[in-house]
This record gives sequence, structure tokens and C-alpha cells, in this order.
Amino acid sequence: MRVEVEQPKCVASGQCVLAAPDVFDQDDDGIVEILTDRPAADRHDDVKEAAALCPAAAIRLVSE
Amino acid sequence: MTGAHPGRVVVVGASAAGLAAVETLRRDGYDGSLTLVGAEKHLPYDRPPLSKQVLSGSWPVERTALRGQADLDALDVDLRLGVPAAALSVAARSVTLADGAELAYDGLVLATGVRPRRLVPAGTHGVHVLRDLEDAVALRERLGPGRRLVVVGAGFLGTEVAAAALTLGAAVTVVEPAPVPLAHLVGQQVGAHLARTHRDRGVDLRTGTAVAEIVAADGRVTGVRLADGTRLPADDVLVAIGSTPNTEWLRGSGLRVADGIECDEHCAAAPGVYAAGDVARWPNPLFGTPMRIEHRTNAAEQGMAAARNLLHPGEARPFAPVPYFWSDQYDVKFQAYGVLRGSSQARVVEGDLADGRFLVAYRTGERLTGVLGAGIPPRTLRGWRTAVADRTAWEEALSVP
Ligand SMILES: Cc1cc2nc3c(=O)[nH]c(=O)nc-3n(C[C@H](O)[C@H](O)[C@H](O)COP(=O)(O)OP(=O)(O)OC[C@H]3O[C@@H](n4cnc5c(N)ncnc54)[C@H](O)[C@@H]3O)c2cc1C
Ligand code: SF4
Repeated sequence: MRVEVEQPKCVASGQCVLAAPDVFDQDDDGIVEILTDRPAADRHDDVKEAAALCPAAAIRLVSE
Repeated sequence: MTGAHPGRVVVVGASAAGLAAVETLRRDGYDGSLTLVGAEKHLPYDRPPLSKQVLSGSWPVERTALRGQADLDALDVDLRLGVPAAALSVAARSVTLADGAELAYDGLVLATGVRPRRLVPAGTHGVHVLRDLEDAVALRERLGPGRRLVVVGAGFLGTEVAAAALTLGAAVTVVEPAPVPLAHLVGQQVGAHLARTHRDRGVDLRTGTAVAEIVAADGRVTGVRLADGTRLPADDVLVAIGSTPNTEWLRGSGLRVADGIECDEHCAAAPGVYAAGDVARWPNPLFGTPMRIEHRTNAAEQGMAAARNLLHPGEARPFAPVPYFWSDQYDVKFQAYGVLRGSSQARVVEGDLADGRFLVAYRTGERLTGVLGAGIPPRTLRGWRTAVADRTAWEEALSVP
């Protein structure tokens, strides 16, 4: 699984960081940053949860 | 239904909460038939950008789409768009659509949201509400230099629109009956700060006075008349005075509906029937009080929770979120966690209201129940969110440096 984010869409809600703190972070303005774009398999559930919770649909998961 | 999955699930309301429910059902392994019913003809789209990027013109409307057609196809969901649900029978486990179709269900999620309250019936040219894409496009087309907009109601929606309209060059007047805008929600100090922010930018903010009448001639708005007799001329009027849950179609369904669909702490309104998003009222165990929340993140969280409890009623979990909302006003982002409304004390714990960068903590009884920040780093805000989630005592929360 590869994680992509569309930063211009991000509204800085931090939902992704709450769901998967080892995969997402926020910069000083709150905009999402990816810590690892290929999270380990045991993190996939939390990453999917983060993508589903994101209020801006700014997170995309690409299966590969 | 415990153990085995239901064979037919219907979700009514094809927006943030309904979409979250549908996606969660599939993600959690539900492989039975799934139908998503939506009154609007559009694929699910997002509303917060309507009063921000769409109104200011920085986004084309397509950008508000929450998912593409391919994403929805992958969910194997029977989409019934452009047709509202017209009736529900909990006893017969059946939803009837406006086109006459009958949908029998084993599990049902209700996510029909709210609609704006109006002052005059729809139809007067130049009188707007803002809830859907068409509303946003219609309002955007009317705003620009030389145009006069009167906004009725200085809530978060009204003030966001005022900011966007001003940015587009329109002359903006906001009318608010309360002496301080948003004070009932965020407290006097933050309300006064918001009022200053808008006045400093050039919004004519009139507080402590109500709109008595929308004045029109030949079916076209010409202005508003205030309770004190003042007449404000306008080319357009936006009415932003709150909303009403979309529950009329549930009359006679067997569900309890007051201000929203009444649910238990698992978001269940009846066996196999759940509600989520703006339309749902439920007792939030974290605060020990019933609430109905019109925030974007709650729609997703509650849609998810409802879907899980529907799939696994034997292991149903109480829905106990820390509510979260944000609002963009000019270049400042306001963010709040918890419950601010009805708090007994609000104290600035970081920064300074005067320089626009601050964090305010809210107290209810002996507990910290909410925080609101403007221009505050996410890490700091998350710490306070945790304190709210942990039911931290007020004194303790404020003693931590
Ligand atoms: C302009 C605007 C700006 C906002 N900005 C923010 C913000 O900055 N931050 C924030 O936290 N929140 C914001 N919100 C609130 C947020 O958008 C809502 O909380 C969220 O959309 C709720 O999602 P929902 O799915 O519960 O309801 P809705 O989005 O209202 O969706 C309900 C859907 O159900 C459909 N429906 C209604 N009746 C029927 C029926 N009988 N049959 C079938 N379908 C039906 C409706 O057409 C609608 O598509 C904003 C809202 C608006 C309108
Ligand atoms: S959840 Fe979405 S909007 Fe919120 S910070 Fe993460 S990417 Fe941005």
C-alpha cells in the first residue's frame, strides 16, 4: 500500500495523526506530512481509518 | 444478527456520514447487498469548502467531490441518487423512495443531515441560503465589486461567507440579534475578538438588532428592514440562522424524532436502525449529555461508529467522541475540541486575544470540557484534546505549564 496526500486540500484537522501517528504528522501550520509512504502491513488498518476520517478527503491509498 | 452479517443494508443520505458508513461496512468485511440513497443528484461531495474555497472562487466545484466514480464502483454499492427516501416502516423493515421503489433491509443507517432555516419561502431572487453546491454556485455568481450583501446571522457560516464576500470585493453587512456574535457558543471574549476581526477588515457588523423583514420588489430582493426601523439596501441577502434536521419523512416510522433522530449511546434508533451525522442526537458518554453535532469530522466518525455497531451489535461500542470543528476566517484558522457551549468559565491559557494567536480553555463544573485555538500549533492542540478526552479536572489542566 502506498499513501498519497493532497496538501492543498488538507484542512489541518489532525484526524490522520490521531489515527496513525507513526504515518502522518502536521507541519507548524497543521498541514499534513507523510512520515512513511509505505507503512508496514500491520499499520494498514489504522491508515485506512485515517483516510476515512480525513474531513477533506486529502488522503489517498494506492494498492500496489 | 449477532455473528452472521445482515444480508441487506440500506444507507439513506449520500453525503459525509452516509459515505463513511458505506465505506466502513465494506472495509469491515460486510459483503451483502448495499444501497445508498441520496436526494441530491451529485456523487457525495464536501460541504465545508462551499463557504470557503468554492465561494471565494479558488476551487472549481469538482474539487469538492469526496470520492470519484471508480472509488464508488469499487464499493459495489447500488447508488440511488436524485431520489429522496419518502417513508420508513421500522415494523416492516422497509424504506420507500419518492419514486415508489421499496427497499427491504436488515440493517439501516440514517444520515439525512439538516437543511437551512429560512426567513422567506424559497424563490425570491437574491435571497440565499447556503447548504448545497447549487446554493454556493448561485451565491458566488452574485458577489463582486460594487455588490451589496447582507448576511442575516453571525454564526460560523455567516461570518465565513462575510469574509469570502469581502475578499471578492463586495460590501458586506452582517446583522446579528445577540450583542456579541457567537458568544453562546465560544464565550464573550472569543466572540468579541471575532467581531473585531470582521470590523477591522471592513464588515459592517450590526449586533443587538434583528432583521424584521426581507424587503423585495417584483420578486427581487432590495434590502432588509431591521427591528429598529433601519433599512439596509442590498442586492443579495444570505440567511444563515441555523438549521433543521431532515426528519419529516420519518413521521409514522416508529422512530423517536425530536430535534434530530433520537439514538442510544451506540447510535441505535431501533434494533438494526442507526443514525449518524448532523441528523443524529445521542447521549455522548464522555460528557454525560445528549448532543447533536453539526461538524464535518463528527459526520465521518459517527458514520463509522454506526456502521460498526450495525455489523457487530453483540460488541457494540458507545460512541464517545471529543467533538472537533474548525473555521477559516480570512487567514486565521480556528479549531476547537470538546464542548464549549454552556461552559461556566473560559480562560485564555496561551497567547493573547489582542494579537490573534491564542488558546482558550473552557470549563463545565469541575472539568476541562473544551479548548479553542487560533493560530496554535497542532501539537499543542492535541495535548489539550487528550486532556479533554481524559476528563481532566479544571485545576489540574490549568496547572500544567
Ligand atoms: C457551507 C457549509 C460550511 C461548513 N463548514 C464547516 C467547517 O468549516 N467545519 C465543520 O466542522 N463543519 C462545517 N460544516 C458542517 C458539515 O458540512 C456537516 O456537519 C456535514 O456535512 C454533515 O454531514 P452529514 O452527512 O451528516 O449531512 P449532510 O452533509 O447534510 O448530508 C445529508 C444528505 O442527505 C440527503 N438527504 C436529506 N433528506 C434525504 C432523504 N429523505 N432521502 C435521501 N437523502 C436525503 C441530503 O440531500 C444530503 O445530501 C459546514 C456546512 C456547510 C453547509
Ligand atoms: S485528517 Fe486530512 S485534513 Fe486533517 S490533517 Fe490529516 S490530511 Fe489534513
